[in-house]
Amino acid sequence: MAKTIGAIVVDTERCKGCNLCAVACPQGVIELSKKRVNHKGYTYAGAVNEDACTGCASCAIVCPDGCITVYRTKQ
Amino acid sequence: MADTVLLKGNEAIAHAAIRIGVDGYFGYPITPQSEILETFCEQKPWETTGMVVLQAESELAAINMVYGGAASGKMVMTSSSSPGVSLKQEGISYMAAAELPCLVVNVQRGGPGLGTIQPSQSDYFQATKGGGHGDYHIIVLAPASVQEMADFVGLAFKLAFQYRTPSLILADGIVGQMMEKVVLPEPRPRRTAEEIIASCPWATTGRTNGRKPNIITSLEMDPHVMENRNLRLQEKYATIREKEVRYEEICCDDAEYLIVAFGSQARIAEKSVETLRQGGIKAGLLRPITLWPFPSEAIARRARQAKGILCVELNSGQMIEDVRLAVRDTLPVRHFGRMGGVVPDPDEVVEALKKEIL
Amino acid sequence: MTKEDIIKPENLVYQKPELLNDNPMHYCPGCSHGVVHKLIAEIVEEMGLTDRTIAVSPVGCAVFAYNYVDIDWQEAAHGRAPAVATALKRLWPDRLVFTYQGDGDLACIGTCETIHALNRREHFTIIFINNAIYGMTGGQMAPTTLLGMKTSTCPYGRDVDLHGYPLNITEIAAHLEGTAYVTRQAVHTVAAINRAKKALRKAFEYSMHGIGSNLVEIVSTCSAGWKMSPQSANKWMEEHMFPYYKLGDLKDTGKETEQ
Repeated sequence: MAKTIGAIVVDTERCKGCNLCAVACPQGVIELSKKRVNHKGYTYAGAVNEDACTGCASCAIVCPDGCITVYRTKQ
Repeated sequence: MADTVLLKGNEAIAHAAIRIGVDGYFGYPITPQSEILETFCEQKPWETTGMVVLQAESELAAINMVYGGAASGKMVMTSSSSPGVSLKQEGISYMAAAELPCLVVNVQRGGPGLGTIQPSQSDYFQATKGGGHGDYHIIVLAPASVQEMADFVGLAFKLAFQYRTPSLILADGIVGQMMEKVVLPEPRPRRTAEEIIASCPWATTGRTNGRKPNIITSLEMDPHVMENRNLRLQEKYATIREKEVRYEEICCDDAEYLIVAFGSQARIAEKSVETLRQGGIKAGLLRPITLWPFPSEAIARRARQAKGILCVELNSGQMIEDVRLAVRDTLPVRHFGRMGGVVPDPDEVVEALKKEIL
Repeated sequence: MTKEDIIKPENLVYQKPELLNDNPMHYCPGCSHGVVHKLIAEIVEEMGLTDRTIAVSPVGCAVFAYNYVDIDWQEAAHGRAPAVATALKRLWPDRLVFTYQGDGDLACIGTCETIHALNRREHFTIIFINNAIYGMTGGQMAPTTLLGMKTSTCPYGRDVDLHGYPLNITEIAAHLEGTAYVTRQAVHTVAAINRAKKALRKAFEYSMHGIGSNLVEIVSTCSAGWKMSPQSANKWMEEHMFPYYKLGDLKDTGKETEQ
């Protein structure tokens, strides 16, 4: 059976590092940057465990700032 | 054919508004202007012109309904009397700031506080100096007859839309309640949605034809942007001061004694001028029709030939400050007025002039 | 398959709605306002009403809502949005009109306008963001602040002897004959957001079809005002807000009206 795989693109400059996407992700894909900050000084979200992403869009749906774009396909 | 009818001043306002195609009226009962709301409700213009009429839950709500309608390009109005107009000041300030056209009618009663239901002109300061918070003015028209109550509805809207600013008809309980013959304006249809969208490109009508969003607000966080907004308002006020001053002069050409009075008091003073002239005293009446902008130059011009000025107002002396500013202490300027709803008769004015100025 | 292979237009499953523009929102990290703005933008787009929507923003944190959702907006004085919207909808009956108000705006200074507009069955929707605090002015007590909850004007906790009880205005709204749809939602999880979106869509549809007035309360967080992380704020909301402000539909007369 084809496996669903996904990927996210985060608008890191728009991100405020609230971390709600990481909490919402059922696969533990997302973490906030450890040291790097955007021009507003926020640590920002990114996919650290990319292969686990199923493209479910939970992260993007809960993102209050609309920073995340989600793609999904079958392998 | 023009329709001549016998109406109260308050009724004339409502009839005129329906006939000139006003889109909405939002009111709240208060004496002595409730006939305006009552006439609208009795006339049911929603069945004829499609005009919206609504009795609001408060004066505050009514003026904010006017804000909503005005911000969408509609011709909308409200009316009240002094205590109610105090409540409306919030909305009037917002509309002046957001540059929205509308008509507010104040049929004044005596104050301060709950005051009385009897006539007064003690809201002159409030009407002409801004009234609410912030640096602004609104156009103020002072009718002295039922005919002017009817005529000024159209004039007020014309000026409001021309300058995108609230207009105020500052009447009083006398002009509101008295009955006179009046010729009502020719009926004209309300503007269509397309006409509004075309003539008010700033209005929030929905993003028709894919235009950019229109936003009506009075808020600016950047002080420089806010200062520019203020400067733009002041520029507009300068133009209005230059172009829109209106007044009437009666027997002024050779007047040695000038009476300055507006609204109902001008009617009384007109009779006083007649009496004074019969007694050999060369008196004249200058009646400001626009209280803001104030006819300062006209008064200054007449003052040059005069020996003294009597300001007749139904208050403790409010307009007199503007008259004094206009003539700059070049001649005696005195006040005569009654308060609390007491209305003087023409002879009292004659006596006051003789006592104060002669 | 590489990431580049997945990130292709044909594989796109979610992006922020076009009507939510690129202006960075002034809201604090994790603020519920952003999610609700996003839902509004999505629904207006989906209903095809971009050119026929006029919204009214409040005084409070959402005063600048007009900077983010690309529709026509009027900014109302504090608490007066329902009065503004009343005239707007009556004068433009074919437009979608909604107000967007916080708890201070709607349930305190604007209680009169709120109750009367709802009871007159004005055909617009009131979106009510209830985070139990005045956010924009720095975290003061709101009419909906819970008993015992600390704010800058009840720093020892809301005390019933001093401040009375939290006002459950949505319950009141449900009792008004003029209301068609009264619901209480949240936007803290994917499931809650999906439910909130359905509720907002229903309210907007009722507004367009003239089925009474509609109130959609969104029980929300204010992590900055509550002095918590966004994640803790969500947890605190579930534990403390939801028992008092219970989620779900309080009233839906539209169903019967439609039949």
